[in-house]
Amino acid sequence: MGYSNKTKKIYTDQLDAIAAAGLFKQERFIHSSQAADIEVEFPAGAETKKVINICANNYLGLSSHPDVIKAAHEGLDTRGYGMSSVRFICGTQDIHRELEAKMTAFLGTEDTILFPSCMDANAGVFEAILTQDDVIISDRLVHASLVDGIRLCSAMHDTFKHSNMEHLEEKLQLHADKRIKLVVNDGIYSMDGDMAKVNELVALCEKYDAMLLIDESHSSGFIGKTGRGTHEHHGMMGKIDIITTTFGKALGGASGGCVSGRKEIVQMCRQKARPYLFSNTIAPVVVAGVLKVLDILNESTERRDKLERNAAYWRKGLTEAGFILKEGDSPIVPVMLFNAKLAQDVSRDLFAEGVYAVGFFFPVVPNGQARIRTQISAGHEIHHLDKALDAFRKVGAKYGILGLSKQEIIDKYGQ
Amino acid sequence: MPDLHEMKETILKYVINEYAEEDDDVTFDTPLISGGLVDSFSMVSLKRFLEVKYKISIPDDKATPEVFDNVNKIAALVKDYL
Repeated sequence: MGYSNKTKKIYTDQLDAIAAAGLFKQERFIHSSQAADIEVEFPAGAETKKVINICANNYLGLSSHPDVIKAAHEGLDTRGYGMSSVRFICGTQDIHRELEAKMTAFLGTEDTILFPSCMDANAGVFEAILTQDDVIISDRLVHASLVDGIRLCSAMHDTFKHSNMEHLEEKLQLHADKRIKLVVNDGIYSMDGDMAKVNELVALCEKYDAMLLIDESHSSGFIGKTGRGTHEHHGMMGKIDIITTTFGKALGGASGGCVSGRKEIVQMCRQKARPYLFSNTIAPVVVAGVLKVLDILNESTERRDKLERNAAYWRKGLTEAGFILKEGDSPIVPVMLFNAKLAQDVSRDLFAEGVYAVGFFFPVVPNGQARIRTQISAGHEIHHLDKALDAFRKVGAKYGILGLSKQEIIDKYGQ
Repeated sequence: MPDLHEMKETILKYVINEYAEEDDDVTFDTPLISGGLVDSFSMVSLKRFLEVKYKISIPDDKATPEVFDNVNKIAALVKDYL
C-alpha cells in the first residue's frame, strides 16, 4: 500500500480545485432506454423525472429501435457474448468481416477495419501509418481523440486555423518536402455543428499531394442525400483517403468505431495499430446490431430525411424565439449564452421544465463561448420539439435574453 | 545575411498571424511560451517555419522553450545558424 495521506491529498486538492471552479462533472442516471423521452434521476437519490432528451448523439433514433434490439438478441444467441481474444488470435467472427465489408460499401471506400471505439481508431491510425519523416496538419478544432492520436505518433504536427483554407495552403507549402503530408479534419465539428469544406480540402490535398483524413463520427448515417457523410454531401465519395467513424452515435449508439479508406492504409492498421492489436474488438452482440442499422439505412432514407426536417424546424423555432444560434445545417444546434454560469442556470431550469439539455463552457469550448448544445434526433416528434421550444421560451424570458444581441447578453451577465 | 530588424519583424508577423487573438498585443519581447501564447506543441511548427524561411537547421536540443520565449531571443537564435 503506497497510498499515503500525502498522495491522497494530491488528488483531493485537484478534485477540490475542479469543484471550486464549477467544473466538476456529475453523471445523471437514466432509468430507461435511450430515446426522445427518458426517465432521469438527478441529482443522485432524487425521484426520477420524465424529460425530453435533446443532448444525445442518437441522431437517427436507432439506439432503441425494435429491429436493432431483435438483431442484437439474435447475435447474442448465435455468436455468443464475448470473444476473449484480440482479432488476430481467435477474436474474429464472420460477422466482424461482414460489418467491415458493409461499412466499406456504405462509406464508398476500399476497405475497413473495426476498432473497439472511434477513440481507439483515432488513437491507432496515425502511429500505424506515419513516421518522423511525415507531417500531420490538423484543423485547430478537431476532436480530442484525434489530438491524442496525433500525439502518440512520431510525425511532425502542425495546425491550421479552423476551416481556413488559405492558412492550410500556407502550411502545405511550408511542409512541401515532407515524405507524407496528412491533413486531418472533423466532418461535422461537434461543438459548433459546422461542416468541413470537404470539396476544398480534397482540391488542396490533390494539389499538394497530401492525404486527407476526416472523422465522420457526427455525420455518418445522416449527412448527405443517403446519409453516407460529409463526403457525400460535397460530392466527394471515393476521394477521401481515410475516414474514421463511430457506431456509438447515429449508427445504433452502442459502441465501436472503424478506420475506412485506402486498402493499404487499412492493411497497415491491421498490422500495426495498437488498439486493434492489443484490445478485443467490438462484441458480437453489438456487431449484429450495427449490421441491422446498416440494413435499415440502406433500405430507406426516411430517418435522415426526418432528422433534416426536425433540425430545420428546431432551428427556426429557436431563432423566432429570439435566441442566438451558431450557424449551420447539422442537427447540432448550439444556443449561445456566452456566460458559463448563465449556461448552467439555463440548463438547470430547462430540466425543471422537463427538457434535458446540457451547458458547455470553458475548457470544453473557448472562454466566453458558453452555450447549451442541443442535438436533434429522428426519434423526436413535432410534439417533443414544440414542448422543448416552450421550455426554452419560458426560461429565456426568465433570464431576459430573448431578442438580445451577443453584446447585450454579455453586458447583462458578463463573459 | 538578412537585416536583424527585418528578421524580427518577419518573425513577429508570423507569430501574430499564427497564434495571437485579435486583442493580444504582441511585441518583440512579449513572453510567448511562459506567457501562454505559444504552447510547446506549437513550438515545433514555429521551428519549422524558421528553418524553411531562413534555410537553416536548428538542432532539437537548442530549440528550448527558453530561447523561443520571445521574438528577440528567437531572432538571436536564428542569427547563430545563418
